[in-house]
Amino acid sequence: MGAHHIIPAKTFLNVLIALLFLTFVTVWVAQFDFGVMNAFIAMAVASIKGALVLMYFMHLKYDDKSYLVIFFTGIFFLFVFFFFSQLDIVTRIFEGNTL
Amino acid sequence: MSTDSTYEHHPAHHFRDAEHEVEASKFGLWLFLCTEILMFGGLFVGYAIFHAMYPEIFIAGSKFLDWRLGALNTVILLISSFTVVMAIHSAQTNNKKWVLINLYITLACAAGFMIVKYIEYSHKIHDGLLPGKFFSYTGAEAAVQNLPLYFSFYFMMTGLHGSHVLAGMVLISWLIYRAHKGHFGPKYYTPVECVGLFWHLVDLIWIYLFPLLYLVG
Repeated sequence: MGAHHIIPAKTFLNVLIALLFLTFVTVWVAQFDFGVMNAFIAMAVASIKGALVLMYFMHLKYDDKSYLVIFFTGIFFLFVFFFFSQLDIVTRIFEGNTL
Repeated sequence: MSTDSTYEHHPAHHFRDAEHEVEASKFGLWLFLCTEILMFGGLFVGYAIFHAMYPEIFIAGSKFLDWRLGALNTVILLISSFTVVMAIHSAQTNNKKWVLINLYITLACAAGFMIVKYIEYSHKIHDGLLPGKFFSYTGAEAAVQNLPLYFSFYFMMTGLHGSHVLAGMVLISWLIYRAHKGHFGPKYYTPVECVGLFWHLVDLIWIYLFPLLYLVG
């Protein structure tokens, strides 16, 4: 890992401003009805915010990459859990409905 | 306030050196954060399943929440995340006064978050907007079938998150206690970094909870 990075305070301030702006975007886009896309758009904006928090506030951009590996291992298994349970439910709804 | 400027942290004997200790601490903390993600993940997956099955419950339920209070809490948590990184930055640049100031602002933000949550919860409890059999709301909107299910998710997700905020407040208070003793400086700030990581995860989870519960519906 070597020497600790001292990231300039200005970087953190810029990230905070970006996060506050994206919070405004989150609320703003929620006014419009995009149908089934509503949740996807909200999650996309939330994920941009999440990525900023992870990269800058949680130092993943600068730190040892092993922390990044741990994080994505967790996210991967969450995705497996999400994907198969959702697949199960969606196919069952299709069977029961006349869609 | 007694500032002991002579404090010097020595790594525990099972570490090679200070760097080894920092790496091991952060590695362990990231593993812990992983288990946290999976614990909250169960609730998020449950939310996704029931949202797919009964979207009308979530549309009706989210109308009972005030998005302005949710947005206020989002802003409070984002600012507190910023002050945590600034506390670390102050420790790195040996500015002990600003380590304390930043930690106090963080603690105040956490308390502010819980006050807003208290206002929201007491309003829901007063109206009988509660999970399962405790649901006793009688307004016209209660006609939506299975509406109490929304409040099961609302209280479980925000409750688990809120308990993390409370745990964070205890941890930040411990940091303040140690910062008063002058423990943190450019050579040693691992506890601030680790509690900071935990606090950012709490923020991260709220970033997803806010649109899911208050806005998407």
